[in-house]
Amino acid sequence: MSNRTQIDARGAFCPGPLMEVIATLKLIEIGDEIEVMSTDQGTVKDLPEWCAKVGHEHVETVQHDGYASLVVRKSK
Amino acid sequence: MGKKILIVGGGLAGTIIANGLCRQMSKQLKTGDVSVTMLGTSDQHLYQPGLLYVPFGKFREAELFRDQRKVLDNRVPYFVDPASNIDVDGKIVTTESGKTHSYDYLVIATGSRIMPQTIPGMAEGAHWFYDLDGARKMREALDNFEGGKIIVNVNAPHKCPVAPLEVTFMLYDYLTEKGLMDKSEITYTYPIGRLHALEPVAHWAQPEMDKYGIKYETFFNTKEVDPGAKTITSEEGETLNYDLLVTIPPHQGAQVILDSDLGAGGWVPTDRNKLLREGSDDVFICGDTTNIPISKAGSTAHFEADTIIDNLTSLLTEERWARNYDGKVFCFVETGMNSGTYVWFDYKTPPNPGAPSQMIHWFKLAYNRLYWLSASGLL
Repeated sequence: MSNRTQIDARGAFCPGPLMEVIATLKLIEIGDEIEVMSTDQGTVKDLPEWCAKVGHEHVETVQHDGYASLVVRKSK
Repeated sequence: MGKKILIVGGGLAGTIIANGLCRQMSKQLKTGDVSVTMLGTSDQHLYQPGLLYVPFGKFREAELFRDQRKVLDNRVPYFVDPASNIDVDGKIVTTESGKTHSYDYLVIATGSRIMPQTIPGMAEGAHWFYDLDGARKMREALDNFEGGKIIVNVNAPHKCPVAPLEVTFMLYDYLTEKGLMDKSEITYTYPIGRLHALEPVAHWAQPEMDKYGIKYETFFNTKEVDPGAKTITSEEGETLNYDLLVTIPPHQGAQVILDSDLGAGGWVPTDRNKLLREGSDDVFICGDTTNIPISKAGSTAHFEADTIIDNLTSLLTEERWARNYDGKVFCFVETGMNSGTYVWFDYKTPPNPGAPSQMIHWFKLAYNRLYWLSASGLL
């Protein structure tokens, strides 16, 4: 059973949602997931791009009213 | 029986709070209705941002330190006896010497520490300026540098998000002044797909780097350093050669947070508005110690500390909550040896850096002295 860590990065301009995900990936086990909530629309593009480049799984992106939730699974 | 406030951590956050509480509740301190006690790790208070200047010979080491007992209000008993366990259920803090401290309200401000050793080869192969020993070694390396490839390597998570840009531009000016820039190359690496986490700052930094011929690699998350071969390799598969590697090392929260099982990575889960530990109504978290996704910087600690002072004072004297933290951060950004800019933002306002100027640089130099007024709770 994988664990899911939630990061509420809404309104967090610095260091920003992607940096928070990168930092949190170092603290969780392979197979565990991170859900990051972001009001920064750049994250919707940047996070899946980064996952593809590094080799982690972008599970889903869900758009809500005023923010997006993105889920990443640690793959290595 | 007076109410006991215990502050764990003698850095900027804890010190501002201790001094601010004394200022706000001097009557209650006098009558014994309130007491403020602090536990720290050193009898010296370090001005951390000053370390940036040490490698360039722009700050004398003695200017970085003051006696913590002189920075603190003399009504605060200060013990150089670091906490070894924090029991928030039993409301007891145990120290390394074996003493125990109870509290009515606890403030945890134990800060963060650099962890270059978590990346293979980094501690042996890289220089940094985030502690005095590292800053001294980097100063020596720059003194001996005769030209070549310098990499400024940024890791996540790191303290003070603008420092990587500052050191890059300062290196450029330093090498230019020494007549070494024409036989040197600076490459800046960053973990995400732009040059800074703050998009407006990244948009400003890229043309600046282009103007000076500073190279950059984005999506570069350090996997390992080979000090023998003088190479650095990223998780993304890129390998770069270097003659001098300057790293912004990853950092982690204090060991006592991990040992007390208060938060992964040493970051304590914290309500972003109330600055209370999640699940507690008597434990405030301040500065680098929180897990709030905002900058780990002295400015953040300062604005958070002001909020905690107001709330603790109101709770103890009027039994009411005063105000929430709005996410405010203000950072100077050195853009070379003779110019600077600044950014400020909060949870609702994005940053918008202005054009660099010499005046802002001078103001930053002035703040390097005014810091002690901040720590004293006066500024």
